Amino acid sequence: MRREALRRLLGLLRKEFLQIGRDSSALAIAFLLPSILLLLFGYGVSLDAKAVPIALVAEHPDPIAASFMGKFAHSPYFRPQRFLTLESAQKAFAAGRVEGIVLLRSDFGRKVFRGGARIGVIVNGVDANTARLVEGYVQNVAANWLEARARSEGLPSPSLIRADVRVWFNPALASRNYLVPGLMAINMTLTGALLTALVVAREWERGTMEALMATPVRMREILFTKLFPYYVLGMGGMAVSWAMAVWLFGVPFKGSLFVLFATTSLFLLATLVMGLLISSIARNQFLAAQIAIVVTFLPAFILSGFIFDLGSMPAAIRLITYLFAARYFVAILQTIFLAGDIWSVILPNAAALLAMSVLLLAAARFLARKRLD
Amino acid sequence: MARAIFALLLKELLAVLKDKKSRFVLIGPPLIQLFIFGYAATFDLGRIPIAVYDADRSVPSRDLVARFAGSPSFRLVAALKSARRIPELIDSRQAAAALLIDPRFSRDLLQGRRGPIELTVDGRNSNTALLTLGYANEVIADFERDWGKSRGDPPPAAEIVPRAWYNPNLISRLFFVPGLVATLTQVVVLLVVGLSVARERETGTFDQLLVTPLGQLDILIGKGLPGLLIGGFEASLIIIAAVGWFDVPLRGGLFPLYLGLVLFALAVTGIGLMISSLAATQQQALLGAFLFMVPSITLSGFATPIANMPPTVQYLTLLNPLRYFLVVVRGVFLEGAGLGALWQQYWPMALIGLLTLSAAGWLFRRRIY
Repeated sequence: MRREALRRLLGLLRKEFLQIGRDSSALAIAFLLPSILLLLFGYGVSLDAKAVPIALVAEHPDPIAASFMGKFAHSPYFRPQRFLTLESAQKAFAAGRVEGIVLLRSDFGRKVFRGGARIGVIVNGVDANTARLVEGYVQNVAANWLEARARSEGLPSPSLIRADVRVWFNPALASRNYLVPGLMAINMTLTGALLTALVVAREWERGTMEALMATPVRMREILFTKLFPYYVLGMGGMAVSWAMAVWLFGVPFKGSLFVLFATTSLFLLATLVMGLLISSIARNQFLAAQIAIVVTFLPAFILSGFIFDLGSMPAAIRLITYLFAARYFVAILQTIFLAGDIWSVILPNAAALLAMSVLLLAAARFLARKRLD
Repeated sequence: MARAIFALLLKELLAVLKDKKSRFVLIGPPLIQLFIFGYAATFDLGRIPIAVYDADRSVPSRDLVARFAGSPSFRLVAALKSARRIPELIDSRQAAAALLIDPRFSRDLLQGRRGPIELTVDGRNSNTALLTLGYANEVIADFERDWGKSRGDPPPAAEIVPRAWYNPNLISRLFFVPGLVATLTQVVVLLVVGLSVARERETGTFDQLLVTPLGQLDILIGKGLPGLLIGGFEASLIIIAAVGWFDVPLRGGLFPLYLGLVLFALAVTGIGLMISSLAATQQQALLGAFLFMVPSITLSGFATPIANMPPTVQYLTLLNPLRYFLVVVRGVFLEGAGLGALWQQYWPMALIGLLTLSAAGWLFRRRIY
């Protein structure tokens, strides 16, 4: 009997692998999609604003104003353009040719000596994040200029506090180093759920599920053979992503490959079963595809901590993020890559993934009974 | 002929809307997503967990700590007795930043030297780290200003007076919610039309459709209009919610907004139909839809600015209809932009729509196997 079961299992597995091999789109989802996404993100997406076009206006162009504005030319963050009047600068600003305006009133040179000079900064608030970064960069340029001026004139430093700033794990603050590991989690969500969402639905839609039910194959064997080949594909996709992250993008990998392998397996299990679950609820490919898109990609993008900070979300939304496996995996990946095997992050998140897989598996097992309706 | 097209249109709408599950999937999740993402998609940091070790324990150092604890941007998670626990708290992400006040802080400050402090930030998320540093600098600058004033120092030589146009409080929700109007509309339209031809190909009914008296254009209209109708309906719901619920100001007119919406929906419909008619199975169509949707959202300026991308990638974004519609939506909502200012966004979408729709119509007949 056991040998019989093993033969059945191997036969089903062979069929699944053949089916994957014949339809190149499954292979494309597993390997091509992650590679393209990583390339796009690795090269294309960055939150680091550099060479921001900015308008400089000095109402009274004296040497002091010139020295202040000269600082902008040396900053890698700005591409300054001089304007003679505020009106012309505002016109360029409204047309979107510059992202901000720095304005020195005519009394700037005089007031700097007495104290209380004001530097006007206008930014475009539509993109609030960039606006805030630009404001911060201008602050830095101004602070450096004041510091240098005070030193050259033998005055006491204008700042009262000497802040020694250390940024751990990513000293250069390169956004690529945190976006790429997070993206790997999104990739795996996509491939995992998409691949399996269609497989069971396809059997129902084509009527082969009923044929399968008439055979002595057990339901848990069907589930296993639907999961295993796609697990192999998903791990392959992960290996490709890892190699690209480390060798192509130079993201530091501080943790161990074993921990990466183990946590990826847990995460893949959870997402693959999620796909199966969608598949057995929908029972047709069209619907399964719709649900898979709606419950995988966008939540993984927005609710996982991949780009948007989880701690800043309202409490109710933060509760919802616990429902998505991507959240745990993003935390694990960012830590393994940039900080190393830090168990206080990895263990709780891995435990959550495990619990999620077990629950989803039980639900899938319950839904996928041999039953016609 | 008009009756035949209408019949096809009706059949397409029924195919999508008759099934209860499918109807729910189309109407429900986009609205639910709007509400969840409307709150979740934000770069505004609040309540950043910070750990503090005050080794000085003086009046000024306590004042500085109190300013961090009282700021809405920070939340004091630990008042430490030594610097030893800082690595552990940051490693485990219990604290995103740690402030260490040097024991010489008050002495140096009172003697006119700069009081030393140490600020450690978790750089795993570089954007959060940058913003955290910005907020910390604001708190420190406030402290310096008030401390200098109380000591009778002359006012600082110069200070910055920042002002943000269109969004004075820099609330990133005002940036993301209009963006969601565009991205969610794209998802809905792509879902409706992206699989429609592929489904008929897979079940074999598309060949039947081709031998009916309906011409290529008629099939195109019948297959494309449902996406436009459902997408337009959904977008209207989202626009109402953006204004009514999220209080996003709608400063411009509805006409520039809807002109952009129609052109955008046409372009996405064309792309969806093209993918759909290239695919032989629904799985292939789904893959195609994803291969378009994911890059189009990431390379649109929805979450990260196009200006930060390398030049070659910036050229690539010119092919992306979402890029143009995002400018239209944000322009009309926040800047009150009119037709004249947005003309540069309208014609590329119209061009993309024209090209992709004709390609799709051509592919209906050419690709049969």
